[in-house]
Amino acid sequence: MKNQLDPSMRQRPKGEGWVWFTGMGLSLGLLMIFFLLAYIFWNGVTVFWPKPVARVVLKSDSVVDFQGKKSFTGVVSKEREVATSMIRGNKDYSDNVAREWQFFVGNKDAYGFMYQYFPSESIATMTYPKNIMVAERLSWGDSVFYPLFLESKNGNSILSGDPFFYETLKKKIYEAEKRREAFTRIERIEIGAINQKIENIRLKKRFMGNEFGQEASKSPEWLAMDRKKNTLEEAYQRLASRAKLLRKQQQDTILHYQLETGETRSQPIGEITYAMYPNQLSFLEKIIFFIEQIIQFLTDNPREANTEGGIFPAIFGTFVMTVLMSIAVMPFGVCAAIYLREYAKQGFLVNAVRIAVNNMAGVPSIVYGVFGLGFFVYFVGSGVDQLFFSDRLPTPTYGTGGVMWASLTLALMTVPVVIVASEEALASVPRGVREASLACGASKWQTVRSVVLPAAAPGILTGLILAMARGAGEVAPLMIVGVVKFAPSLPLDTIFPFFHLERKFMHLGFHIYDLGFQSPDSEAAKPMVFATTFLLIFLVLVLNLLAISIRNHLRRKYSSSTF
Amino acid sequence: MNSKKNAKFSQISSKSESDFDPNFIEVRNNYSFWYGESKVLHELNLNIPEKQVTAFIGPSGCGKSTLLRNFNRMNDLVDGVSHTGDIRIKGQSIYDPQLELISLRKKVGMVFQKYNPFPKSIYENVVYSLRVAGRNKKSELDMVVENSLKSVALWNEVKDRLYESALGLSGGQMQRLCIARAIANNPEVILMDEPCSALDPIATGKIEELIYQLKEHFTILIVTHNMQQATRCSDKTAFFYLGKLVEYSNTDKLFMNPDKKQTEEYISGRFG
Repeated sequence: MKNQLDPSMRQRPKGEGWVWFTGMGLSLGLLMIFFLLAYIFWNGVTVFWPKPVARVVLKSDSVVDFQGKKSFTGVVSKEREVATSMIRGNKDYSDNVAREWQFFVGNKDAYGFMYQYFPSESIATMTYPKNIMVAERLSWGDSVFYPLFLESKNGNSILSGDPFFYETLKKKIYEAEKRREAFTRIERIEIGAINQKIENIRLKKRFMGNEFGQEASKSPEWLAMDRKKNTLEEAYQRLASRAKLLRKQQQDTILHYQLETGETRSQPIGEITYAMYPNQLSFLEKIIFFIEQIIQFLTDNPREANTEGGIFPAIFGTFVMTVLMSIAVMPFGVCAAIYLREYAKQGFLVNAVRIAVNNMAGVPSIVYGVFGLGFFVYFVGSGVDQLFFSDRLPTPTYGTGGVMWASLTLALMTVPVVIVASEEALASVPRGVREASLACGASKWQTVRSVVLPAAAPGILTGLILAMARGAGEVAPLMIVGVVKFAPSLPLDTIFPFFHLERKFMHLGFHIYDLGFQSPDSEAAKPMVFATTFLLIFLVLVLNLLAISIRNHLRRKYSSSTF
Repeated sequence: MNSKKNAKFSQISSKSESDFDPNFIEVRNNYSFWYGESKVLHELNLNIPEKQVTAFIGPSGCGKSTLLRNFNRMNDLVDGVSHTGDIRIKGQSIYDPQLELISLRKKVGMVFQKYNPFPKSIYENVVYSLRVAGRNKKSELDMVVENSLKSVALWNEVKDRLYESALGLSGGQMQRLCIARAIANNPEVILMDEPCSALDPIATGKIEELIYQLKEHFTILIVTHNMQQATRCSDKTAFFYLGKLVEYSNTDKLFMNPDKKQTEEYISGRFG
């Protein structure tokens, strides 16, 4: 009897079910995000893991073959179910399904394709021979083959059975890579600088010619420029011949190899980026290869219509654009919010402005892109060209899409987010501290600057974080104000004046679109799409974490039980 | 306390009460005040003496805080306020169109009901009124910080953490810091709007003691709901009811022997 609880005390509070409902909403959302991230992460990272290469022998009675042969070498890349009628070719209208495997076979130069499907029922055996080699080349992607011998210029050759063959091959590839770096530097940076100087002389001559007519060509200045141009051209010739020599050396050693189809081919070492025996790798070697591949992906320029190589220009372009956008959007947004909240007389007009600002956040981004093209590029940009770069016309300098116009367009797009967040933050600063400041004899502006703004800074930064997240992931408006699919020259480099804000740039978001939907070989591009997507998410995450840590620092500094 | 300050204090204390201006602050010409259409202060006339503590008491909504906030024109922040009559401090009208609001507020410091230190260091809180006035000389500021914090008996508690955030102090310490901030620029009048209502009895006791000391140097106006507080620390008391001044006299007289029946009822707790 003692333990019997009064029934009125057991009555449950009403509406508790809604708590479960809200919890369910949250967990569903988190689950979706988690699966999306896990999927992208897995597909993005496994791209770089070396996979074993199989020698597949097809059944002699199967309907499929490979280049007229019944065997091939390749890596299993996908598995799917298809209707049996699809693979047997007969009129089988039943609902039976069969498994089908997609193989990466490489050697696009020899076969004309890199991926092919085979029904699993047609495969007789799959073996993993130790002597299969995979090599990545500057063009035509990967090659899968049996190495025969290495031929040097002086006639010496090393057979693939030689114990030093693989060592020698790796050494030659390494040397070739160094040479490639050397001539790329000469061609891109040193010759680039000389070309710019020659171009400057040409422009100056043109300017003088317009100004003084025939007289100009007799002036001492003109002659000095001619002499300077000659020395520059001599330097150009020296560099060009050095680069040519290095390029020629790339052809010195040649790798001869045989494909599974029996065809023998050869490849100069200078065009190979790496070669390895995938079926011989130990776990440690696989990890090293994996890390090397990731580093290459992060630091190299893209090749082969962006489907090979790295994506460094895109990472850098995204980063520079996002930073420029933040620099542009912060002062505008915060100033607008300060005026709206602190100075403007609250009333119909201010409310109308507020509603307009909120609506601006919902305008489709492509509209901002078109506005950016019309206003920044065609109007402001061509105005700048008329004023400062008239000697280069009709070639536009700022009158065409570029990283500056793209940043400003995105700043315009994200400014409502910053205004709304900043206004909220300013409004949440308690009246008490404002009054205290005014009572100390401070003016309104002093109050805003030294009391209200510091207290509102964490909230303002939250707005900036949201703006950055939106800006960094945006693609549509960028496509018309300066993003291109390939731009190896970065907006920030060692050539004076270091910042080249007029340059077109690459962007991870556009890179994903370009790889996934504009690529000539979408199968080959797919791994890169995942890796790039993963990297874009990662970059946005890093930028956000940075802003969040600044915000938390400020919050700690200004937080108190008073507010 | 340093010797210089002591000397100043003793000098002031040596003056007899009659040396002080009994009409230091004048609320005159039937001073009335409106928030928009509603009249919250009705035809007030009172003179507040120099270097004394004057308490404003009355039930909530009687206009005592509104009157207090008019001495440094804090109510100007509210839209649609208007007034008739005049307030003069040392014979100078605070509504003179020539008068700069900022210089008025330099002369009339204020301490609020809820302690409201700035999200800055203790040091910066104290010197804020000097900084906004453009006085940035380090030696001067250091001296002001030390003197002000000593005046509010906070120096020993915070001298080792002057550059740490003021928001880490306790409630009582924060309120004393706010008083230090109000007196840092050497005002003539200090307005206190229920300065102890958010504090515990011990912190309240400290503030009251402080008020008693500060009146040697400043003219203090204090709004309070606490009758005991008014008797403990004020020299004169004004009782307001529904925006009207009901009674205004020496504190002893008002509490012991009020003239008006309304006053007696209020102080004995029969209404309010």
